[in-house]
Amino acid sequence: MTRDAILVSIRDALGRGPLGAEARDLVSEHIRRHARNLVPDRGNVDADTKVALFSRQIQETHATLEYVATTDDVPGAITRYLSGKNLPAKVVLAPALAKLPWNEQPLLETKVGATRGEDAVAVTGAFAAIAETGTLLLTSGAESPQTLHLLPEHHVVVVRRDQVVGSMEDCWDRLRAQGPLPRTAMFVSGPSSTADIELTHYLGAHGPRRLHVIVVDR
Amino acid sequence: MIPTSRQFKENAGRALKDTELQKALFRVDKNFTERRARAVKNLPEFESLRDQGVAIKNHVLDHLDHYLEVFAENVERAGGQVHWCSTAEDARRMVLDLCRSVNARSVTKGKTMIGEEISLNPYLAAQGIEPVETDLGEYIIQLADEPPSHIIGPAIHKTKEQVSDLFLEHHRRYGKTKRLTEGEELVGEAREILRPRYLAADVGITGANFLIAETGSSVIVTNEGNGDLTQTLPKMHIVLASLEKIVPTLEDAATLIRLLARSATGQQMSVYTTVSTGPRRPGDPDGPGQYHVVLLDNGRSKLLGSAFRDILRCIRCGACFNHCPVYASVGGHAYGWVYSGPMGSVLTPAIVGIAEAHHLPNASTFCGRCQDVCPMRIPLPSMMRHWREEAFAQDACTWRERMAIRGWAWLARRPRSYRQVARLVASYLAWRGRPTGRIADLAFARGWTATRDLPAPAGRTFLDLWRERGRT
Repeated sequence: MTRDAILVSIRDALGRGPLGAEARDLVSEHIRRHARNLVPDRGNVDADTKVALFSRQIQETHATLEYVATTDDVPGAITRYLSGKNLPAKVVLAPALAKLPWNEQPLLETKVGATRGEDAVAVTGAFAAIAETGTLLLTSGAESPQTLHLLPEHHVVVVRRDQVVGSMEDCWDRLRAQGPLPRTAMFVSGPSSTADIELTHYLGAHGPRRLHVIVVDR
Repeated sequence: MIPTSRQFKENAGRALKDTELQKALFRVDKNFTERRARAVKNLPEFESLRDQGVAIKNHVLDHLDHYLEVFAENVERAGGQVHWCSTAEDARRMVLDLCRSVNARSVTKGKTMIGEEISLNPYLAAQGIEPVETDLGEYIIQLADEPPSHIIGPAIHKTKEQVSDLFLEHHRRYGKTKRLTEGEELVGEAREILRPRYLAADVGITGANFLIAETGSSVIVTNEGNGDLTQTLPKMHIVLASLEKIVPTLEDAATLIRLLARSATGQQMSVYTTVSTGPRRPGDPDGPGQYHVVLLDNGRSKLLGSAFRDILRCIRCGACFNHCPVYASVGGHAYGWVYSGPMGSVLTPAIVGIAEAHHLPNASTFCGRCQDVCPMRIPLPSMMRHWREEAFAQDACTWRERMAIRGWAWLARRPRSYRQVARLVASYLAWRGRPTGRIADLAFARGWTATRDLPAPAGRTFLDLWRERGRT
């Protein structure tokens, strides 16, 4: 079998046979403990500073950002975002956000679920946000279709303050706590971009052209 | 792709005369080096992270068999499959079989260097399956039918005008007949043309920046989001990766991710860093129904036991390209194969053979910048030196090089003769250099004197001068 041939070839090159039980345990321990390596100090700050650091840095990646007081204020913020950009009053929502008071925005047309690209604006939640680098973590699942994170031209992400963590390592802890990894865990730092033509930076290569973040205080 | 590394000198000569290419290479030098320097300065822990990155990779290489087994188990636990392939041919066939199993007619591709290494596109096309590159750079060179010229910017050698021409020629069949001149428009048209291709593709193929043993995940890093569309929309996601991409844990991946984008483009994080684990879950409204990892060896396991083992730490950031005076002069195509720049000069001979690629380890000034900026601290210059020795040992260099090296070795082992010959040569060259101190033409050094004067030496050897000062 090719698998065995490759493993034998590796062991030959390393000048040893298969690892003994003891050595295997030692190596497996590395995975079981999954200890953190050096985590930069930058994200190791109090909760308010984390939110401020996240906000500043994600805006440096060409994303836009606003604060609202409660989740109930999100539908209104969406209406304002759409009219500010001269977009039709129509959005596709992640199921996770379906329970917000969307009916308070009578002119706003909403639908819930995945997309095949027919929707211009998607509104989704996030799993976490990272202060160290200004990064969102979006996970796929029944409550958050991955296509919403990628296909629409505009992606609006709603983040609660308590979802802002210091580092990628903090995200791993939170992910592990909720069970096996989802199919997709996507770290997003800004709208889709490319520099493949003469190393000039252009937005909107294949994913969303605009990324807007709404940070919810409570 | 068939290597043309044997023609390095001819390739390089052409590249030096290509004014468009020279402009493009100037852009690389200017952009990437400054951005990396800024990114490194902004992270005080960068040097310590490099040390830890090196330690992680060394630990993996020491236990590669074990971590591969753990990785495969965890891929299967998450509902995916791992396919082990020894050779490029095995991997091509495996991808074809997988595509056929879902009656694929078109596949989208995220950027994968392994795909280039195994020449996947022409192979699939010959079997009636249309491969569509989705990374803008890869898409451009697919239209131009060229290999990538830079590991993270495959089309950096193309000017905007050349891209305009390519789009006009190839997008006519989609009813696009206007020649675009603005970069924004070109990006927009590529987006418009490729969007339906993503949605229509039966299979999506991506590479992997990392494979995580702990979770059986693959990680891709892009700015465009093309890899994410590629691995989300089709029925089947195939990951093409080589053995050494393994890292033990999510934490280890985080450390390497901090090094990757900063070293590559000077970003803190690329726009998208995505961890994929298995196929879509029950209840997921989207995502691929099948997840396959095609694991390629292609000579790497043998490298583990060789003097070139450290090249297996490479995370393909391209920093060594961006800081190499040779790459900056001749560009990626001159190297004649998939991998170019300093890392290519070490890896290419290991895969295609030193006989084919013996010029590449010589395409270095040994200035050492590549090693200075390599996040994985790979000793690229000493490995190139080692390849030079191998080339001599395996008789891969030319007859003239051989004789010159032999003569030198003979002389260097005989100090008395060496001194006499050195004395003769030094006084001859000093004489030839009179009265200007410069030599305009020298029979055995035309490679030098064809384009510039050779400064004449002082006329006395160092040892003679040393002795004269009474310091024996």
